[in-house]
Amino acid sequence: MVKKGGKNLGKIKGFSIQFLPYAEIRNLGSNERIKKILKIVLENRIIILQGKLSSEEEARLIGDTMAMIGHIKNFKGIELAVISDKEEEGFFNQFRTGLINILSKGDLGAITIIGPASIVKEIKKNPKKIELMLKD
Amino acid sequence: MVIKIIRNFFRNIFGGLFKNKEDIKLGFYGPPNAGKTSLANRICKDFTGEEIGKVSKIPHETRKVQFKEKVEIEYKNKKMTFKMIDTPGIATKIDYEDFLKYNMKKKEAKERAKTATQGIVESIKWLDDMDLVVIVLDATENPYSQVNITIIGNLVARKIPVLIVANKVDLKNADIKKIESAFPEYEVVGLSAKYGKNLEEFYESLLKLSKKI
Repeated sequence: MVKKGGKNLGKIKGFSIQFLPYAEIRNLGSNERIKKILKIVLENRIIILQGKLSSEEEARLIGDTMAMIGHIKNFKGIELAVISDKEEEGFFNQFRTGLINILSKGDLGAITIIGPASIVKEIKKNPKKIELMLKD
Repeated sequence: MVIKIIRNFFRNIFGGLFKNKEDIKLGFYGPPNAGKTSLANRICKDFTGEEIGKVSKIPHETRKVQFKEKVEIEYKNKKMTFKMIDTPGIATKIDYEDFLKYNMKKKEAKERAKTATQGIVESIKWLDDMDLVVIVLDATENPYSQVNITIIGNLVARKIPVLIVANKVDLKNADIKKIESAFPEYEVVGLSAKYGKNLEEFYESLLKLSKKI
């Protein structure tokens, strides 16, 4: 669900979403993954990443983001959310997706949304839905 | 005289054995304005009579990691000594314009934003050095924020025990159950750091968890 400032989409001029398949980052090291993500964010695009980063990579992404604020004009940080189906799955499905994840070297049952804070005001998340609130 | 010699003998032997044992490094982590410093202050005041840092309604008041050494927490005949580490709130974005709402001048707001970003980097670096972490969450806010999940994920990866605090239970719209259902694998203690409500349960859980280190 995409909303602007809590209301239905109104006068919005447009925004760009880039899908990033996990295959594009699978063989990259943590540094390169983060560089790639931040490069897209700096182009004012919202990333829909197939899979998710590790917790350590997420922490590093936040750290690198902080290091960039104040050094890159108009960059105020990012909004980040991960949606995962893990909690909803039964044992068999968890085992199956676990096996797929091992083979693919990533958590493909998840989707990560990363957007520049200058465009994305907030990503509201609860177990049932995700809302992308855009800046006015 | 003989008793004194024997006492000194044992003191030297056992004192030497435990001399290098450091105090438990207890970190306070969480998003900005959740009440990390308020809780750390409450604990420090209860057991040392001094506070660890300044609190404010303006987010990112704590912009440097703050310490309090040798805080001996005693509850129900159990006692443990901690090194308290209060960390700046972790966020994914900082906009100096948000500080202008608090009647701050532009220059001051920009400086605050700059030091806040540095504080977050410092908080993340300190994750490696903790023995035990209390995650302080605002019970009136949505707990499903990725920052909370990222912090906990990092602590799990480092095998650091975690206690979750649902702070601000004195407020009408506080919802501890929401935090409990967001983090079902963890013990959640609801309290009010501001008014010192339910600190007993917190001390009990903290000392229990300290044994897992």
